[in-house]
Amino acid sequence: MSYRELTWQGLWQNNPALVQLLGLCPLLAVSNTVTNALGLGLATLLVLVGSNITVSLVREWVPKEIRIPVFVMVIATFVTVIQLLMNAYVYGLYQALGIFIPLIVTNCVIIGRAEAYASKNPWHHAAYDGLMMGLGFLIVLVLLGGIREVIGNGTLFDGAELLLGDWATALRIELFAVDYPLLLAILPPGAFIAMGFIIALKNGIDRYLEQRASKPVKEVTRARVTSQG
Amino acid sequence: MIGKSMQRNGLILAAFAIAATLLVMLVARLTAEPIAREQQRELLQVLNQLIPPAQHDNDLYASCRLIDDAELARTPTPMYLATLNGEPTAAALEVVAPNGYSGAIRLLVALNWDGEVAGVRTLQHQETPGLGDKIELRKSDWILSFDGMTVNGSDDERWAVRRDGGVFDQFTGATITPRAVVQAVERTVRRFKQQKLQWQQTATACEGETS
Repeated sequence: MSYRELTWQGLWQNNPALVQLLGLCPLLAVSNTVTNALGLGLATLLVLVGSNITVSLVREWVPKEIRIPVFVMVIATFVTVIQLLMNAYVYGLYQALGIFIPLIVTNCVIIGRAEAYASKNPWHHAAYDGLMMGLGFLIVLVLLGGIREVIGNGTLFDGAELLLGDWATALRIELFAVDYPLLLAILPPGAFIAMGFIIALKNGIDRYLEQRASKPVKEVTRARVTSQG
Repeated sequence: MIGKSMQRNGLILAAFAIAATLLVMLVARLTAEPIAREQQRELLQVLNQLIPPAQHDNDLYASCRLIDDAELARTPTPMYLATLNGEPTAAALEVVAPNGYSGAIRLLVALNWDGEVAGVRTLQHQETPGLGDKIELRKSDWILSFDGMTVNGSDDERWAVRRDGGVFDQFTGATITPRAVVQAVERTVRRFKQQKLQWQQTATACEGETS
């Protein structure tokens, strides 16, 4: 697969969150604000690229019967190492993400890509695939976080300074003031509903593009029908 | 044939397990010191927020002692004692609220020597993001509502969330978390007022106990 094809696959055609529907657990749990979504998305992206490269590099030495336990070990090691490093050197960010860092292990996108792509392709392609799949996941996560934060709290980028440093307090946008947050949007059911709408929108766009591409053919058919009627 | 491949696969798995464990151990060892430093720095920062420098002339961190109080907690509780010219002025206790929504909540409760709450901070918790995590000061200033409060008698009914007839706000969608925190702080203040003189006598010894 070419890099262009990998980009298209990761970001749209085969988007891990919208099409493969993988990694829903962290996706739905953490996407209540843009900041949380961005933080977890970035950490997932790092783990995904790292595990893809490692799995691709060791693929010659791993017999296929034991590949799954080996992949699980590689991923768990990466998550643990990243968690320790974040705890030591970016303490603020580590505290902001809290329990969601170890949860990255449970994200099926990562083992899915290791199995489906990285174990069969050279490392630079695997790294790029990890990057694009990670980005596709990150974009959906941030979009979902944005929708839920606006509907639930009326803000955007609330708490961004925890992730990006003190300058980011300026990023906070208050669209409208709410006395009580709209719980439905903040709790997991809201995530499912918003996710459903995003998937519907993506399918709608796909269908529209498909129709436009096949329009000439349809016009011919219609012409025939009218001539008969 | 099967035996041979099993042996081979077993060896490969073991090799990966050893490599992974070694890597994690190496990183854990390299990061142990910075992590401990960060946690100590954070604790000191919180201690200094709650007990202002004007109130003490001793090294708070070195004044740590372990309180063994069955009514307060099952495990020894670290207490930091602030003294001014040798006289105790305030104390801070690292207590645990065991009944949070998702496990234990670690709190730092600072008290003036007369038993009035100087301030409370959440050190560590796993409460639901967006709901129960309003016990963090950076998410909400709810935790400041303890400031200046004290416990009168053995059954002070102000020490409960509003839903239970007390004076502390609960959060929309999360009552269990604030209830657990209020109970833990109330217990700490009550025991402190009864036991502070004994606690003061405890020898300083927290080496390796601060987490």
